[in-house]
Amino acid sequence: MPILHTIRAQGVTLQHDDFVRHMKEHGPGVYGERRHWLGKKIDYLLLLLLLMLMGVGLAVLYSASGRTLAVLERQLVYMLIGLGVMVVVAQVPVRLLERWAILPYLAGVGLLVAVLLVGDGAKGARRWLDLGIVRFQPSEILKIAVPLMVASFLGRQLLPPRLGQVVLAVLLAVVPAALVIAQPDLGTALLVAASGFFALFLAGLGKRYIVGVVLAALVAAPVFWSYVLHNYQKQRILTLLDPQSDKLGAGWNIIQSTTAIGSGGIHGKGWFAGTQSQLDFLPESHTDFIIAVLAEEFGLIGVMLLLLLYVLIVSRGVIISLRAQSMFGRLLAGSITLTFFVYVFVNMGMVSGLLPVVGVPLPLVSYGGTAIVTLMLGFGMLMAISTEKKRLV
Amino acid sequence: MYADRTLKNPFREARLFFGRIVFAMLVVALLLGVVVWRYYQLQVVRHQDFVTQAENNRVHVRAIPPPRGLIFDRNGVLLADNRTGFTLSIVVERAQDQRQLLADLDQLLNLTDEEVERFEKLLKRRHPYEPVPLRYNLSEEEQGVIAVNEYRLDGAEIAAELIRYYPQKEHMAHVVGYVGRINEQETETLDRKRYSGTHMVGKTGLERFYEDQLLGNPGYEYVETNARGRVMRVLEKIDPQRGEDLYLYLDNRLQEIAFAALGEEKGAVVAIETDTGGVLALASAPGFDPNLFVTGISHENYRLLTTSPDRPLFDRALRGQYPPGSTVKPIFGLAALDSGIIPENYKIYDPGFFQLENREHKYRDWKKGGHGSRVGLYDAIVQSCDTFFYTVGVRMGVDRLSHYGALFGLGQKTGIDLPAEATGIMPSREWKRGAYGIAWYPGDTVNTSIGQGFMLATPLQLAVAAARLGTRGQVRPPRVVRAAGEELYHEVAPDAVLDIAPRHWTPVLEAMRGVVHDGRGTARQAGVGMAYEMGGKTGTAQVVGIKQDEKYDASKLAKLQLDHALFIAFAPVENPRIAVGIIVENGEHGSSTAAPVARQIIDAYFAYYPRAGGDVATR
Repeated sequence: MPILHTIRAQGVTLQHDDFVRHMKEHGPGVYGERRHWLGKKIDYLLLLLLLMLMGVGLAVLYSASGRTLAVLERQLVYMLIGLGVMVVVAQVPVRLLERWAILPYLAGVGLLVAVLLVGDGAKGARRWLDLGIVRFQPSEILKIAVPLMVASFLGRQLLPPRLGQVVLAVLLAVVPAALVIAQPDLGTALLVAASGFFALFLAGLGKRYIVGVVLAALVAAPVFWSYVLHNYQKQRILTLLDPQSDKLGAGWNIIQSTTAIGSGGIHGKGWFAGTQSQLDFLPESHTDFIIAVLAEEFGLIGVMLLLLLYVLIVSRGVIISLRAQSMFGRLLAGSITLTFFVYVFVNMGMVSGLLPVVGVPLPLVSYGGTAIVTLMLGFGMLMAISTEKKRLV
Repeated sequence: MYADRTLKNPFREARLFFGRIVFAMLVVALLLGVVVWRYYQLQVVRHQDFVTQAENNRVHVRAIPPPRGLIFDRNGVLLADNRTGFTLSIVVERAQDQRQLLADLDQLLNLTDEEVERFEKLLKRRHPYEPVPLRYNLSEEEQGVIAVNEYRLDGAEIAAELIRYYPQKEHMAHVVGYVGRINEQETETLDRKRYSGTHMVGKTGLERFYEDQLLGNPGYEYVETNARGRVMRVLEKIDPQRGEDLYLYLDNRLQEIAFAALGEEKGAVVAIETDTGGVLALASAPGFDPNLFVTGISHENYRLLTTSPDRPLFDRALRGQYPPGSTVKPIFGLAALDSGIIPENYKIYDPGFFQLENREHKYRDWKKGGHGSRVGLYDAIVQSCDTFFYTVGVRMGVDRLSHYGALFGLGQKTGIDLPAEATGIMPSREWKRGAYGIAWYPGDTVNTSIGQGFMLATPLQLAVAAARLGTRGQVRPPRVVRAAGEELYHEVAPDAVLDIAPRHWTPVLEAMRGVVHDGRGTARQAGVGMAYEMGGKTGTAQVVGIKQDEKYDASKLAKLQLDHALFIAFAPVENPRIAVGIIVENGEHGSSTAAPVARQIIDAYFAYYPRAGGDVATR
């Protein structure tokens, strides 16, 4: 008498041998049966890496903030909120994400318009929306909403995409980016646009188009320079080319941050012992420039270990994208992961004087609530894709 | 390549995606290589350059603290000044050996235990590389000694800074308040940018209430320092924006007269300019020297101040809550007329006590045997007849009493521009239920009707009530500060006028005139030889309860158990210009101790400011 297993969730009956084989190959939970709410819908490896990164972040932040416990406590609260958001999002079925991707997208675009109309200015820029209890930057939402939207759109198309689809996907990415530029926040705008392009690229954008985009960018650059860039933005780019030209003005940040990084050497000066960081030479030392504090106090070794953590997280993201069950999942996971890497690259590049200073925080290390919550929202989606129930056929 | 475009092909899509991811990873690896190369360049190849750059000859941004706004009285007399002082501080990170450095400095300067104690306290909560002050106000000689020995005093530095100084010392201690070093708790809440370079923050009084105006905004300078952290030259400077000066309504001379009039007594004097609500004098005696707190008070001095039975740190004018006693009688008399409970010619017979219906308990009048038959409102106020007000109070009931008390500001904050004023208590049914959880008894009404029982008021509230009485109900919040910086406050119009029929004011104010000028008035001695007409009311607040049939005998009681003396007044009776509220702790009777104080203040005010209007000194 053969032993039969009835899998209620899928309404099928299996031979015992097949059941055992499935269990061995895919592990428990293979049939997508109802699990305990926290049971398996968490990618524990990714979670572990993220927690390690947050730990490093808090340690550096403590030093960078001049040992201010209040800053540390607030950052910890942001992180806990972020983890909560991640866990919740991880439970959302991927198909729901795909179907309703347009909602966060439309909401994000709507809020951007609202910000332009009624937003709060800080340093001559309108980025914040005050909701009474919380003030936040709607442009952050789009860092997630744009790849979600583009992936959801392309996931339904026959791939590789044809001209009409490419144009539509580009518009989906460029329209919100243009609204962000109007704030003006060039750095975020480029990242928003890039996250959309990543999805398009991963979907198999033809080589002709890629060449076209690059050419278009080259043509657009001078136009950009003359009409779109604000003076302070031009200044940042000029400064990058020759920091010594304006020692006390715009060049100050780069000179001080490279000095901090360089004087850290291989081993670093030790926790709390960075003269550049602790003596207030370093500007924005607990937000965008925090990597300089780490580089000064923990040296090249510290930088490399941090980079290793980032590489491991990116690798995990890539693996999740390759294992995804649908094209939508692949595109979303892939573009979130690549965008995450770009944050790391742009931040480490700008602080070390490779790239112009565009306000991009170092993911999960820089102080700041909105960025943390948005990033964790993205990782929540990665986890949702990672734990999506496998299709047996 | 695009052979089959009709069906979605999952395998082909997966392959496509895989190819793209591989390509992306190659780019990622390339970018990673660039980052690693860059950090390797900076941290290994060019490491020595940057070490030199970091160690030597560096440009540093330093905050320049703004000079704090000064505080002047209404005639331009300086009440809070900034004095340049030279402060010796230690940057622990730059010291070779902290112990040795302290020992060397001790040998050179003879450090006191207090200084070392304060230094060590500050040391615990400093930021890295923050200079920790060791001695303030170095003399020239001391600066010379340090300069000569500089070579072996790494980590010690002398900096010129502005130190707050209060020339009026204890006379203005409570009003002006003082600044003190920013403590740990304040560090968390204060705006770091605005306070960069500033170590002081207003702790009490005007210094605290007007902190925002007084502070100013810091400037910055880019300075080049050598490896020891000493400034070599200033490259660029953005000047700080100095804080706004405060110009007060207060007159320093009146304040001094208030202290002189109180003499050795403890108490408070509040004088208000009725046209503006401006506070002319706000004295709480004894005072203390606020300068002690500026550079950090020593343990010993602080202990002396906090353990003194006279409680010099306690601001009696704003925070002292006393039973207002008979000073509330004009208010309740007015209330009885206005609420129609009694007609103007209402009279009672006073046997010297009052009894509630069907009760044994006798509520006594202060005058044994009573004020006789046919006591009316005028006599009841002039002679301060308790029985009259017991009777009228019970007929009115507590609800009306508390309604009218509140109209005159009792049991409410006055809204003065100083921190932490006390609210006092104007009891009501709801208040008692909230505070004690029990119902209001008729006996409570009896006590309340002569300002005893639960009722409490601050000297400031009494002065405000006196001003409202004298001006026939004009409501103005008391103000200490007349102008901050360029902005002038000229809010002279009353916020509101109390809704009390004009004809009811006249008999009450006439009676208050009688208190001072009638031959039977309780404050008649204070009124002898007065060149103007004053309206007033005396009061006595019990400190210890007196049992039934026991007589208050001052000679038997120690000074601390004597009654508090109170007095409220305004002058002139027609269109008053000044109102006062006075309490003399353990002064026994308002008539004998508090009223003469009021007389001295008001005499001086009229001597200094003979005309109404135009009496505010111009800058």
